Amino acid sequence: MAITPPSNLLWWREPVARTELVWIIIAFAWGLVMFFMMIYWHGAGEQNLSNEAYRISAERFTEKTNEMIESHEVRKEGNFPVVRPPPGSDVYLIARLWHWWPILELEKGQSYRLHLSSLDWQHGFSLQPTNINVQVHPGYELVMTVEPDRAGEYAVVCNEFCGIGHHLMVGKIYVTE
Amino acid sequence: MAEAFRTCPTTGLKVHLPAENLIKANAVAAVVFLAIGGFFGLLVALTRWPAVHLLPADWFYLALTAHGLDVLLVWIIFFEMAVLYFASAVLLNCRLATPRVAWAGFVLMLAGAIIVNVAVLQGQSTVMFTSYVPMKAAPHFYLGMLLFAVGALLGCFVFFGTLVVAREERTYRGSIPLVTFGALTAAIIAVFTIASGAIILIPTFLWSLGIIQHIDTMVYKTVWWAMGHSSQQINVAAHVAVWYAIAAMVLGAKPISEKVSRLAFLFYILFLQLASAHHMLVEPGVSSEWKIFNTSYAMYLAVLGSMIHGMTVPGSIEAAQRRRGLTNGIFEWLRKAPWGNPAFSGMFMSLVMFGFIGGISGVVMGTEQINLIMHNTLYVPGHFHGTVVAGTTLAFMAITYLVIPLIFRRELVMPRVAKWQPYVFGLGVAGISLFMMGAGTLGVARRHWDITFAGAMLPYDYPGAAFLMMGLNGLSAVLATIGGIMYVVVVVGSVFFGRRVEGPVELGPPAPRGVAGGSDLPAAEVVGQYGSAGTLKIPGTVALVGVFFVCFVLYYFVNWKYLSEIWPLR
Amino acid sequence: MPESEGKPPVEGDGRVPFMQRLLDNPFLLLFLGILVPTVFYLLWGIMEIVQIPVAP
Repeated sequence: MAITPPSNLLWWREPVARTELVWIIIAFAWGLVMFFMMIYWHGAGEQNLSNEAYRISAERFTEKTNEMIESHEVRKEGNFPVVRPPPGSDVYLIARLWHWWPILELEKGQSYRLHLSSLDWQHGFSLQPTNINVQVHPGYELVMTVEPDRAGEYAVVCNEFCGIGHHLMVGKIYVTE
Repeated sequence: MAEAFRTCPTTGLKVHLPAENLIKANAVAAVVFLAIGGFFGLLVALTRWPAVHLLPADWFYLALTAHGLDVLLVWIIFFEMAVLYFASAVLLNCRLATPRVAWAGFVLMLAGAIIVNVAVLQGQSTVMFTSYVPMKAAPHFYLGMLLFAVGALLGCFVFFGTLVVAREERTYRGSIPLVTFGALTAAIIAVFTIASGAIILIPTFLWSLGIIQHIDTMVYKTVWWAMGHSSQQINVAAHVAVWYAIAAMVLGAKPISEKVSRLAFLFYILFLQLASAHHMLVEPGVSSEWKIFNTSYAMYLAVLGSMIHGMTVPGSIEAAQRRRGLTNGIFEWLRKAPWGNPAFSGMFMSLVMFGFIGGISGVVMGTEQINLIMHNTLYVPGHFHGTVVAGTTLAFMAITYLVIPLIFRRELVMPRVAKWQPYVFGLGVAGISLFMMGAGTLGVARRHWDITFAGAMLPYDYPGAAFLMMGLNGLSAVLATIGGIMYVVVVVGSVFFGRRVEGPVELGPPAPRGVAGGSDLPAAEVVGQYGSAGTLKIPGTVALVGVFFVCFVLYYFVNWKYLSEIWPLR
Repeated sequence: MPESEGKPPVEGDGRVPFMQRLLDNPFLLLFLGILVPTVFYLLWGIMEIVQIPVAP
């Protein structure tokens, strides 16, 4: 019984039932499949984070973002500048209480180096409806190369709790043909 | 010393009275905080139900912080202290080492829990369970957490001390029982958990006082999750131990193989805690090598441990039932199991739901790349309500129905309510988990007051199905709350007003005819010896794990398919 | 902890298998259970975090 000491003092010497052994082998093999699947996807799959990241101050990240906005702003939407950076370029997106800055306009089928950082607390970059979710830290700059594959209007929802205005923090990314 | 013990008329175990009092105190404190935390949980679910949207935003975030702390930490760890004392002192026929230290631990935990709750209710510490820096809570929030942690650590030391005492005083022969070994696993993980918590919360406490200027957000998050996730791994080890205990006490089930079950616990001890990396898969700057090794618990060895328990627990039940003569077909043993006994029904539902809902979703979500489509969505709370509520909480509720007659020595009041309680609660929790996972798959953010984004500068609409999911989640939460209230009413009613138990209690179905008995464990010992390597026949369990495996594989690859449909990124 | 201490006499050839001795030793298990996550999760992880370069 599980609540009494093993009746056989040398329980390690007991043979293992075949049913159990077969299940252990299956479960172990399945674990290996799942383990190597992650490694395989790094080669064969198209969705992997590069893990490229830097330490950066809020001031420096703001500076870089503003440089991009000044060179590539195409229009305004309310207070938000809409920026259409050239394909292949470095694109910056600021997270702060409680908005994403600026609005980006990307071209379908082109790739961009997207830089994310926060100026204050942690935020969550949740791109909807495609459903890509990445954590954004203050003091760290996360870089990922994205390639929008469908045109349309995307929302950037904040999905890390960031205070009382958290649920108002929505940004926008346009993807044009 | 003799007067410090009583002999349990049901199990024949020698029960150390100071240990018994500590078990009672910790269990009662646990249930009180379950009630408080559950109440906050109901408020959260009703607010996220779009048609109800109960609380204003500030109260919602406050209630969510309190809900997480009270149930994920306080309820669970108080109950685990009771489990540790039971599995050491009671099961080993031994005196509890240093009951005074154990009481000091209890007082510290209680004080810490109260301080944290006060800090949260004062409104200056709405920082969620995770309290990610640089979001700052009031200093006494961190102080309360630290006191609670130190108290729990003392409890772990008392457990280890009791193991030493039992060995030196030779209160048992050979190795410790499997359930005690499971509790040992939980205690080991707890020590790592609490140490990690202290490493990060002490500087954070000093930072909140202004003594330290800066806490690095990435280091905080890494170390915090060594506590935050591992604390839930304590639960896994503890509730698996509880499964074995209930199977043994109700049905007299004997582990199919001591070796295999203990090896599975060893996998937990070594590897389960690595899964703290589940929270770090989409963070800046940690390598894929680190992520893959840790998130997979070193090549899924801890998952192997869980899959082993997932077979050996129902397998031991099936073997015990077949031994009783329930041998027709594949499933007579299961059909004729004591489904009216809440200890058994709660335990079996905990086992099934932990595997199918919590387990599968956890492994899928913890896959390095798949995490991209799930991180911080409602899928995450969907998953951990499947593990911590459907798994741990239900298992702890189930064993309460044995603790009341054996330790509190009271009969259950309202046995019919008790009989239905696991079903009501289990169904509600299954709904909560599945509907939150559904909403998360549609992208809905967790910890979010208003998914309509009314008042946001830029609008967005989640798919209509997400709103349906949130409504169904609210309904399920109401059902689970009813189940929770039933539990609290039965427990409190029985502890205070239940008829006193004299003499032995019947824990499970009576012994079958024609099977050799003669034991100090009436309902149990009849099982005797089975499970010798050549003859073990458990076709029902084989069928069950087969179904589980197919679901696991299909769901795993379906999610790779979902992942392949998002924007290419690298 | 020496394995002879507190161990009951054992039938047969009397040798307790290595794995059983390991599983019967709570403090060795405690040590291993803290060592493994500390090395692989905490130390390795923090080493990587402190090595994140400053942005160009």
